[in-house]
Amino acid sequence: MIPAAPAARTIDAPSFSTSRFRAEREADWIAFDALLTRLEKRGAKALTSDELLQLPLLYRATLSSLSIARATSLDKALLDHLEALSIRGYFLVYGVRETRLSRLRRFFLYDWPAAVRAVWKETVIIALIILLGALTSGSLVASDPQWYFNFVEEEMAGGRDPRASVEYLQSTLGHGKAAGEQEDGLHVFATYLFTHNSRVSIMSFALGFAFGVPTMMLEFYQGIGLGAMLALFSSKGLGFEFGGWLFIHGTTELFAAALSGAAGLRIGAAVVFPGARGRLQAASDAGRTAGKVMVGVILMLLVAGLLEGFGRQLITDTMLRYGIGTLMLLFWLAYYYIPRREDVA
Amino acid sequence: MTAAVADAQRRTAESRKIRQFITPEGVDLELKIASSGLRLGALIIDIILILIILTLFSLAMLWAGMASRSDMMVVVWMLGAFVLRTFWFIGFELGQRAATPGKRLMGIRVVARDGGRLTADAVVARNLIRELELFLPLMMLGVGAAEDMVSGWTILAGVAWSLTLSLFLLFNRDRMRMGDLIAGTWVVMAKRAKLDADIAAGSDQGDAIRFSDAELGVYGIFELQELERVLRVRDPRAMREVADTIRAKIGRPVAEEDDAFLLSYYRQLKTRLERKLLFGKRREDKYASD
Repeated sequence: MIPAAPAARTIDAPSFSTSRFRAEREADWIAFDALLTRLEKRGAKALTSDELLQLPLLYRATLSSLSIARATSLDKALLDHLEALSIRGYFLVYGVRETRLSRLRRFFLYDWPAAVRAVWKETVIIALIILLGALTSGSLVASDPQWYFNFVEEEMAGGRDPRASVEYLQSTLGHGKAAGEQEDGLHVFATYLFTHNSRVSIMSFALGFAFGVPTMMLEFYQGIGLGAMLALFSSKGLGFEFGGWLFIHGTTELFAAALSGAAGLRIGAAVVFPGARGRLQAASDAGRTAGKVMVGVILMLLVAGLLEGFGRQLITDTMLRYGIGTLMLLFWLAYYYIPRREDVA
Repeated sequence: MTAAVADAQRRTAESRKIRQFITPEGVDLELKIASSGLRLGALIIDIILILIILTLFSLAMLWAGMASRSDMMVVVWMLGAFVLRTFWFIGFELGQRAATPGKRLMGIRVVARDGGRLTADAVVARNLIRELELFLPLMMLGVGAAEDMVSGWTILAGVAWSLTLSLFLLFNRDRMRMGDLIAGTWVVMAKRAKLDADIAAGSDQGDAIRFSDAELGVYGIFELQELERVLRVRDPRAMREVADTIRAKIGRPVAEEDDAFLLSYYRQLKTRLERKLLFGKRREDKYASD
């Protein structure tokens, strides 16, 4: 477009001029740009140790150029370039300082259990809400079976309602004649349960910011379904078997559900009662804790899906089911709540 | 005067989008909040990409399922679709550029509001909330359509309520989604700007025409930078129009080629304004006093 000035002329210019400033510093900017491009494309491994040592120097040189240019130059293209370069540089220089592997390790060893421990109050509240839901519907169905139809939808129940025979109910628990027929689609079933439950959990977390009210309603509703089923099976004398059927994966799944609700409630509570911090600050602090909990919840639901899809269909002995369920519960409790040294890194 | 007022309003509106962001070195990076239009554009691109990948993936799984005659492919498909939908945004935003392909195309990125680094939990939180923002209005419609017992007004209220959540970013100055609010993040411009040649540095024809101090005194920095833009684009019609405006303003006859005239005027105006800048006088635009 416009022929560049011969370098000698600008350098020889008598006093300070923006052209001279640019001619002196331009090489640094170009070098920094080239380093950043390589770093973005191929990561830190693409640079030699000399280049890595150059990086902060060039970054600071660029920032200093930006400050000078802002104070002296009116060249918009130059200012825009320096600004964009500094922003890119800032986020790379002050960006992630850990490898993926050590981040992952820290998440499993410290961050995940610490985040779960941090929401223990909310977890207790949500657990009580689920329990309350279960007790409400359980006692109502026990006193009058007709209530059952209000609590459990027709297609969800799949014939498991007060009119069904004891034999049929028993077969749905994986005992008796009809049990064998289900085994073909096990993995499909497990996957479906996992994706469905994850979505419900994400919802109950995401609804938390509306002061936690929808979250609590959703969890109460989960308890309602549970209680109604429990009352139905115990009224036919199958309470113990149903317990085992539920327990094998239920400890993991309900724990995960309670945690997702707790994560949502934490955000809702932070919005309503921000304490000494600003409301925005409180919400974002809570959001970060809750984010960690939610990654954990999705992992827990994956485990629950496997237990439900495979474990429950393959293991039909009720005592064994109780055993596995209890073991899982103890494992989660120990993992989350046994005190350990804090992460020092 | 009305033009002046409108102009001033436009520029303050633009400057309000700039947020202070001070690096440890003490330099303000002046991050610019990405507009809602860009955000929508990025989202649409991402959704289209997800749908394309999902379609290809489904076809591949269908073919594999046909070939192997097992329902294992259904499992792979369901898990794949779940991972794609949930972790597309999270995965890309955890990368070096903190942007999904859509965001990258639009030249925007996610940053932590407090100036610290963008942590994984913040990215997870902001993207899990997205699930709600995108699908709640659809779910409201779906539930309303499926169950006849709710009246039209109930559906309308539900959709309106969920839309206020989804469109939350239109109602605050920082264009934060619900997810941004909760994760403590912002989406800002991250456009790259190429280092263009210095048009004031050439020696060829810059001093061909001399302008008097009075002739240069009519414009400020804003006009200078608009002139720079015109000179960089080099569209003959725009240059003719600008040259005629300047000539009329300073009362010069049409005597020179437009580009030579504009280049000379630009260089001398820039020198004059930069000299003033060094003495601490910044004249923002032609309305400011000289």
